[in-house]
Amino acid sequence: MKIAIASGKGGTGKTFVSSNLVRSYKKQVALLDCDVEEPNNSLFLKGDIVEQRRHAVLVPKLQSDLCDGCRVCQQVCEFNSIIVMGGKAMVFEDLCHSCGACTLMCPQKALYEVDHEIGTIVVRKSKNVAMVEGLLDVGKALAVPLIRKVKSYIKQFKDIPIIIDSPPGTSCPMVWTIESSDYVILVVESTAFGFHDFKIAINTVKDVNLPFGVVINKDGLGDDRVEKYCLKNNIPILARIPFSIEVATSYSKGDLLVEVDPVYQKIFEKLWEELINRVKSGAKDEK
Amino acid sequence: MKNKVKEVVILSGKGGTGKTSLTAAFASLVPSLVLADCDVDGSDLHLVTSPTIIKHSPYIEGKVASVDPLKCTGCGLCDEACRFDSFKIEEDGTYQVIEYKCEGCGVCVHVCPENAINFDLRECGEWMVSETRFGPMVHAALLPAGENSGLLVTVVRNEARKIAQKGNYDLILIDGPPGIGCPVISSVTGTSAVILVTEPTVSGIHDLKRVAALADNFKVKAYIVVNRSTVNEQLTEEIEMLSEELGHKFVGTIPFDNKMVLAQLEGKSAIEFIAGDVKKSIERIWERIWQTL
Repeated sequence: MKIAIASGKGGTGKTFVSSNLVRSYKKQVALLDCDVEEPNNSLFLKGDIVEQRRHAVLVPKLQSDLCDGCRVCQQVCEFNSIIVMGGKAMVFEDLCHSCGACTLMCPQKALYEVDHEIGTIVVRKSKNVAMVEGLLDVGKALAVPLIRKVKSYIKQFKDIPIIIDSPPGTSCPMVWTIESSDYVILVVESTAFGFHDFKIAINTVKDVNLPFGVVINKDGLGDDRVEKYCLKNNIPILARIPFSIEVATSYSKGDLLVEVDPVYQKIFEKLWEELINRVKSGAKDEK
Repeated sequence: MKNKVKEVVILSGKGGTGKTSLTAAFASLVPSLVLADCDVDGSDLHLVTSPTIIKHSPYIEGKVASVDPLKCTGCGLCDEACRFDSFKIEEDGTYQVIEYKCEGCGVCVHVCPENAINFDLRECGEWMVSETRFGPMVHAALLPAGENSGLLVTVVRNEARKIAQKGNYDLILIDGPPGIGCPVISSVTGTSAVILVTEPTVSGIHDLKRVAALADNFKVKAYIVVNRSTVNEQLTEEIEMLSEELGHKFVGTIPFDNKMVLAQLEGKSAIEFIAGDVKKSIERIWERIWQTL
């Protein structure tokens, strides 16, 4: 069972829900932190590092004596990351999408591929949680290759539920995170910005054709526009997490709320029940 | 010769710390400026600036592959060559592209022996120029699951620059995206300063350090603001000390006030909607930034 936690707007509580959800579970569970630009789950779950490795993507490198400056590489590159200057090809690694087109098409076989490091994969063990986190190097633009690497760990967790924490937004990093999940939780706050981005996120999840439900976070802080919208459009509300300044302060220190307040443990246990039932029943009506 | 237009971008690393609310609040304090909403896949600034759109342009960038099923023989070379896992096999044995996974690299087009793959321009969203009560605003909307958000940021910024130069504006205020990746890098390159708005939480601090390092990478000076400081005064102090360590200027704090949320719901900026401490603190922060810009 793979459950993705997404939101559209940032700061609605994706990591809050992910980290508390996994800790509230009574058995072993896996957590993939795909918010590789700003991964935060380990700040709350802590745990010991069991594996740490650099991740690299492939980028082209020129064997200069073979290059005759024919410009085929430049013509086939859709990302302007290889150009011919002074009769020789020149690679801009940070613009490269690692598609391999230039290497494949070079008539002189003057290009070969080498590793270009973009970030780190950290695997942690924290009580009942096996956690895989991607940490993009500062200055690197492309998050998706690292997200895909984090997701490649799915096959190591065969018989336990997998929670996948998504980056904010609705563009490629979010889509690559949620695709192939069994269910998506959209964490929403009922504010003007939260509601606007929520509607875009719904369309994105529908585009990818996944069933989804809603967790209303910071309930009581805004108004009831999210609630009304969900009722009108038959979107299931899986849980409501009330706002309080005490909760905000507790969270700010890095507490896991389910560990300090049994009321929240109950809320997340109920959320698990909802999720398991919905995934079992196929959740076809929620696409 | 014209003065160079100053471009200031508001970033945070972590999402939801108040970038857009602060952008609107600062805009209320500046007599004339151009606004640019560069959070193109979570653009919310228009919800508090009530823009009148005067120009609409589709955003067409990059390409997307699709298979002509009549020409496809099901040889699978496209699927083998594609590094983005974006092909699926249909029931009749032909291949088709999963559009949201297509990177637009064209490798499949080159390897297909049947010329069965079309490679068309991709509409990724739209961008707009508007009039607002604060001044002109350039904003955009990426389509759901849209690609090329970084390039769209560049389009928005270029348009804002044109408007600023033409109208003799001396400031472009940019509402930036969360994170540190591609759209953030496009938002920060070539700006005069970055305002980093964070919150006193362990995640806020963690993410602040990364986005501050990004500003350093691009040699842009950063101002640091703590929003909702009263949620954790102790961490707020830590951020103040951290700012000094990082070599960036700490310009102030804004207390937690749920009227910030109400202002949003009313379509107003915090300066327009809230009196008292919040208003005073934002005014003070902007003064400190403006004096040293």
